Amino acid sequence: MRYLPLTDADRSAMLEKIGAPDVDALFVDVPEAARLSGPIEGLPMHASEMAVEKHMRRLSKKNLAAADAAFFLGAGAYRHHVPASVDHIIQRGEFLTAYTPYQPEIAQGTLQMLFEFQTQVARLYGCAVANASMYDGSTACWEAVAMAGRVTRKKRVVLSGALHPHYAEVVKTMAKFTEDEIAHARPALQAQPDNDGLIARIDDQTSCVVVQYPDILGRLPDLQQIADAAHEKGALLIVVNTEPVALGAIKSPGEQGADIVVGEGQSIGVGLQFGGPYLGLFAVRDPKHVRQMPGRLCGETVDAEGKRGFVLTLSTREQHIRREKATSNICTNSGLCALAFSVHMTLLGEKGLRRLAMENHRLACHAADRLAKVPGVSVLNDSFFNEFTVRLGQDARKVVRKLADRGILGGVSLGRLYPDNEELADGLLVAVTETTTEEDVETLASALEEVLA
Amino acid sequence: MSAPNQSGWKPGTPVQDHNAMSGPDTVTGNRALMLEEPLLFEIGHVETTGVDLPEPSGAATRLGGMERAAAIGLPGLSEPETVRHYTRLSRQNYAIDLGLFPLGSCTMKHNPRLNEKVARMPGFADVHPLQPVQTVPGALEVINELAHWLIELTGMHGVAMSPKAGAHGELCGILCIRAALEARGDARKVVLVPESAHGTNPATAAFAGYEVEDIPATPEGRVDLEALKARLGPDVAAVMITNPNTCGLFERDMKAISDAVHAAGGFVYCDGANFNAIVGKVRPGDLGVDAMHINLHKTFSTPHGGGGPGSGPVVLSEALSPFGPLPFTARTADGVVHLVEEENAADYGHVQAFGRMTAFHGQMGMFTRALTYILSHGADGLKQVAEDAVLNANYILRSLEDVLDAPFGPSGPCMHEALFSDDGFAEGLSTLDLAKALIDEGYHPMTMYFPLVVHGAMLVEPTETESKAALDQFIMALRSVAERAKAGDETMKTAPHYAPRRRLDETQAARKPVLAWNDANMA
Repeated sequence: MRYLPLTDADRSAMLEKIGAPDVDALFVDVPEAARLSGPIEGLPMHASEMAVEKHMRRLSKKNLAAADAAFFLGAGAYRHHVPASVDHIIQRGEFLTAYTPYQPEIAQGTLQMLFEFQTQVARLYGCAVANASMYDGSTACWEAVAMAGRVTRKKRVVLSGALHPHYAEVVKTMAKFTEDEIAHARPALQAQPDNDGLIARIDDQTSCVVVQYPDILGRLPDLQQIADAAHEKGALLIVVNTEPVALGAIKSPGEQGADIVVGEGQSIGVGLQFGGPYLGLFAVRDPKHVRQMPGRLCGETVDAEGKRGFVLTLSTREQHIRREKATSNICTNSGLCALAFSVHMTLLGEKGLRRLAMENHRLACHAADRLAKVPGVSVLNDSFFNEFTVRLGQDARKVVRKLADRGILGGVSLGRLYPDNEELADGLLVAVTETTTEEDVETLASALEEVLA
Repeated sequence: MSAPNQSGWKPGTPVQDHNAMSGPDTVTGNRALMLEEPLLFEIGHVETTGVDLPEPSGAATRLGGMERAAAIGLPGLSEPETVRHYTRLSRQNYAIDLGLFPLGSCTMKHNPRLNEKVARMPGFADVHPLQPVQTVPGALEVINELAHWLIELTGMHGVAMSPKAGAHGELCGILCIRAALEARGDARKVVLVPESAHGTNPATAAFAGYEVEDIPATPEGRVDLEALKARLGPDVAAVMITNPNTCGLFERDMKAISDAVHAAGGFVYCDGANFNAIVGKVRPGDLGVDAMHINLHKTFSTPHGGGGPGSGPVVLSEALSPFGPLPFTARTADGVVHLVEEENAADYGHVQAFGRMTAFHGQMGMFTRALTYILSHGADGLKQVAEDAVLNANYILRSLEDVLDAPFGPSGPCMHEALFSDDGFAEGLSTLDLAKALIDEGYHPMTMYFPLVVHGAMLVEPTETESKAALDQFIMALRSVAERAKAGDETMKTAPHYAPRRRLDETQAARKPVLAWNDANMA
């Protein structure tokens, strides 16, 4: 067994030192009746690296990888090119196999990286302070709602109908605990987001309004208008972003008055991974809200010689000190995913991020124009970043399956996201990134022409 | 010209020499291979990029007037500068690849690189969570196969795979318990948590809207069964217990505890953070546990990555299995693995799925690593993992109890972690000083001041992937610093002396938080 260094001679010598006749004597506190008498049923004995790799490769090959298809899926997870050096850096053992940096003197690498990451996220979001990351965008969204409850001491949550339905589901699941009242409608398939309808639902009991930007249909709501309305009623505006690359092209939520900005960082550096691990981003515009934030924070300080250094800080908000009074039960962050994000963002820089964003937008405009020419297809959005909605005039779930039979991953059907909603069934979300070629767009368009005919 | 790249250290400021590293000051602040690295924001430039992308052609046409005009302030580096920046930073970190990492309750064991290779196979790494299910049968099989082995290894009935970390798994387990209670019209309000529990347990119960009450520990470091029984009643929804517990001991009365809780109509939540001590030896289901999260990063060696990502599947008893979250996978009689996301959950035995805890399906990248680990070890290897982990911990306990106080040493063997206290240290020297002195010996310190039931606690977990030679050297080092602490060696108060940074001022960091570069100090 290649991962276990003890020899039988070592084990005997150690048992002798301990004064135990055999290893079972060390399990004396486990009641006899609870000990397993034989091996785990059905589990084979240990296997070589070659044998395990072969088994896993067989399972891997059953899946259609994004790189092997014309690929147009988004809806909260996006395929972008990740430079090779990102994976190289995160596989360095000193990052990969390190623990949470609770001993700052020997964890400055992780800590400085987190400080840089926090600064990058804060600037991207137009906020004062970002934390050291959360599990993913959907759980960060819930944590923001919970934080708004702590700040405002109110119980009513207004969710935009165009918030990612999974995110809305997570908020509703967790609100069962806190007995928050959730106001949520499904999105209407129209070219512009319904800001007026959303604003009409804000009242004096509202703790927060949650708006996605760009929204689930790819539209770009004017956040300032919603921020003003929320603030007038003493509510916080939470803005959710699931495509951080967009913020290289569009105004930040912070500069439009958002109080808390959360999002999914997966697009930058992390990769699709069938849904996880991903990277929750969390930031606040006003520094006075920092002490109500969930999660870890890295801060700057000095050491005994006056040299600059970094530590995890403000931990009195956290579960290991405040226990049942903590701001959240979250006990981890996505350190390695944050590193991947930070390295990729460093490689891009502002110039690269802006170019990347504009390339995404250019290709998406091209795709929207081409798909609009397919008989039976109409493009819903007037404005979008790299993802837009088309109507197909028939159930998009069936169309997606037919496209998959042809090796094309043609988008996310709204029916998959809203299974109970017939009104949305003919909607298809189409995402385009820099990895999409004009040839891919042509492949999708001509396949749609056949499938819809 | 002043060098821009000296972290906090200014050219011409002598580097004070508090230690034996004598020699002239350097103008760079570097010391041979120990290199100072400036912040990205001090060396990068907004016009620099390490990625070749086309110059935008023409104006953005469909951004609806939302164009970002103002500067963002994101400096970039070229690829060689980027690789150098992060490689230099990496050298300021301790890691399991560098040496023994004796963190009790955190389980830092070797991370096999096969796991990394597998997780990067395109069929796992490069698939979208919402791809048509017909294009991802292998990914669903991975989830289902891992789920199957987690159920078998724990002797449970079902498993919820989507929780993103251990504490998220705790929330999931408590939600299942709450759903099961609601299904029988039972509105219980209290969760009992022993003193020795992880801080996440009371935080989770409180976050879930329950009142939290402590249950004391016996002088032997175990749950006080009589006190627990006395508190049970119709208002108690659940007991959250850690087994093996955070004193490094097996809860001998676990079955009696479970029976008492069940008799009172409540459920037993077990914090599975220490499952690595008993995997392949004991099945929690046989002890009456109703829900237990499994930290894949601990028991099944997915890398900690400097704080995460984690992964926290929750195994469930027959009573709780119908109440798990969406989505989940299920293999039907036809041998096909289905992904159940929404409406038809009841067809698969989920009478009352309580909705989603996260977008998508959980930590797939961790599932592939954990399954690879399980198949590599097999039934014989996993049993050996628990035995060697416990053997190594007891070897440390018995090798050091003559020099370090072991409060529960006399009560018998420990499990996978050995607990010591600061009893016998000279006046003015603390567990913290010992830990920082251990850094100078080339080790990451053990878990300190936890569990809270022991004064100045030191919880040492060597894990099964340490050799006897590695343990012997660690024991020698710990013995040496323990002797210095007892003798009152004042130099320990200023340790570490040889780390990339001397002792850091955590009070200043908290009092005047600086949480972003160039940010004005906050009040």
